Amino acid sequence: MAFWIASSPHNHQKNETSSLMRLVVYATIPGIFAQWYFFGWGNLIHISLAVAAAIIAEFTVLALRNKKITPQLFDGSAILTAVLLGISLPALAPWWISVIGSLFAIALVKQLYGGLGHNPFNPAMAAYVMLLISFPLQMTQWQPPLSLLAMDIQLSDTLAVIFSGYTPQGYSVEQIRTHIDGFTMATPLDTVKTNMTLGLTVVESMQAPTIGKHFGVGWEWINAGFLLGGLFLLGKEAIPWSTPVSFLLSLFICSFIAFMISPDSNASTMFHWFTGATMLGAFFIITDPVSGATSVKGRLVFGALAGLLVFLIRKFGGYPDAVAFAVLLCNMAAPLIDQYTRPRTYGHDLEVKK
Amino acid sequence: MKINSEYKELAWQGLWKNNPGLVQLLGLCPLLAVTSTVVNALGLGIATMFVLICSNATVSAIRQWVPKEIRIPIFVLIIATFVTCVQLLMNAFTYDLYQSLGIFLPLIVTNCAIIGRAEAYASKNPIKQSSFDGLMMGLGFLAVLVVLGAVREVLGQGTLFDGANLLLGQWATGLRVEIYSLDSQFLLMILPPGAFIAMGFLIAGKNVIDHKIAQAKPKKLEQAIERVRVNFEN
Repeated sequence: MAFWIASSPHNHQKNETSSLMRLVVYATIPGIFAQWYFFGWGNLIHISLAVAAAIIAEFTVLALRNKKITPQLFDGSAILTAVLLGISLPALAPWWISVIGSLFAIALVKQLYGGLGHNPFNPAMAAYVMLLISFPLQMTQWQPPLSLLAMDIQLSDTLAVIFSGYTPQGYSVEQIRTHIDGFTMATPLDTVKTNMTLGLTVVESMQAPTIGKHFGVGWEWINAGFLLGGLFLLGKEAIPWSTPVSFLLSLFICSFIAFMISPDSNASTMFHWFTGATMLGAFFIITDPVSGATSVKGRLVFGALAGLLVFLIRKFGGYPDAVAFAVLLCNMAAPLIDQYTRPRTYGHDLEVKK
Repeated sequence: MKINSEYKELAWQGLWKNNPGLVQLLGLCPLLAVTSTVVNALGLGIATMFVLICSNATVSAIRQWVPKEIRIPIFVLIIATFVTCVQLLMNAFTYDLYQSLGIFLPLIVTNCAIIGRAEAYASKNPIKQSSFDGLMMGLGFLAVLVVLGAVREVLGQGTLFDGANLLLGQWATGLRVEIYSLDSQFLLMILPPGAFIAMGFLIAGKNVIDHKIAQAKPKKLEQAIERVRVNFEN
């Protein structure tokens, strides 16, 4: 009888895709809870719609491609994509927005390129950008926080708005968004952007009711929630530290320089950190291992580039928030970044010319 | 009537097997840019087909006298002449369509499908075959344009033949079919990315059909000639 002798390492750690994906989904819970607390049921409804559509799309495409359905369907990647997409949609967008977005993300952005691990773009963000350029009206009707609404929006009202466009009392999304004083409320980033074009300073924009005391009613807590979830992931070593750190630092430095040069026309660093999708992007989007850079140095460059792009598009671009566009542009740059940040093989010298 | 097998082969090549849009992937710029509606696609497709037939015939007619060294500039001049004719004609008779096609009408000159056929076929073959080849290649290109236009128009704005009166005159206004009504257009399909995505699906579809046909064909039994091993040494 022969003993089976394996070479080292003898201690194996089994890390499956599904357990990692589950961990990331759990980590979004604090942020989603903050979203629910400040903005109501809209995003939860969109998340469930997106998850359902994603599973159907994944199942169909896997069946068409003759793949093993059960392990790939439940590896959690499709569910995570759908959750991230549902989080980033406007809470009162019509139901077909999340369904179309989810189908697009899974079928076109992920499976057409060959499935998990082969997609060059982040599926959730590609779908978000597709929706934003295809349906600009529906995708920019952001719901103001519940505390500022003139009416009380319950679960049934939200459901009715998402599926029919009107609450049972007959209010449209536009009417819900209107402040009691008769002006339409926007997101904090949108408010600042619009006020800049009107010739107001940042300090004056900060008086807007949607911004409240700090950086935006609700938005600051959502970002804090995602920050908490992100730190949990960092603690579990589920995501690399390099990407979020360099992303946040880069955004901080860019906005700090701009703020120092002209504090009247540039929002503060913490405003950039705690509004919009900054924290969601930093810990959940750009850390996507498939579409990002691979080495530590590469990830630092990747994150820094994303932070710079977010700042540039927020400041000079046509859209108020920029995480999705920045992530897609960085995804395109990732192979090039990898090419120039190859780690040195142990025992080999980088300077050796072949 | 017996159709010459040469013409049959030309038609098969132009319409399916060597289709300029789906297989050669030539002339993608107009293909992707103007196919947002069926009517735009039809207008550009007919214009391209006309130029292709005329240029093929002309190139073939003068093929004896064109020196090899300067054949490309001569071909381009011939194509440019016919494009100018088409442009003036459309400017005169279908002014609205001329406006909506814009820069892509003069850009037919740079359509590689046309110069490709002039170089690869017309400059080596007699007039009749060359014109027929132009017709078939043009039809193949036109078909791809129209299918792409139809897909994008249906998905993008839920209609078919919207604005047919621009091309065909007043009576064609009634051709407009509303498949379903949308509150908001699906802008992605109308914008260039939609053209790339739809084009990818069309090419995939063609490959699937080819694959199915190849599988359905009875496999030719390879006649393996089994030789008896002869050992000469014994």
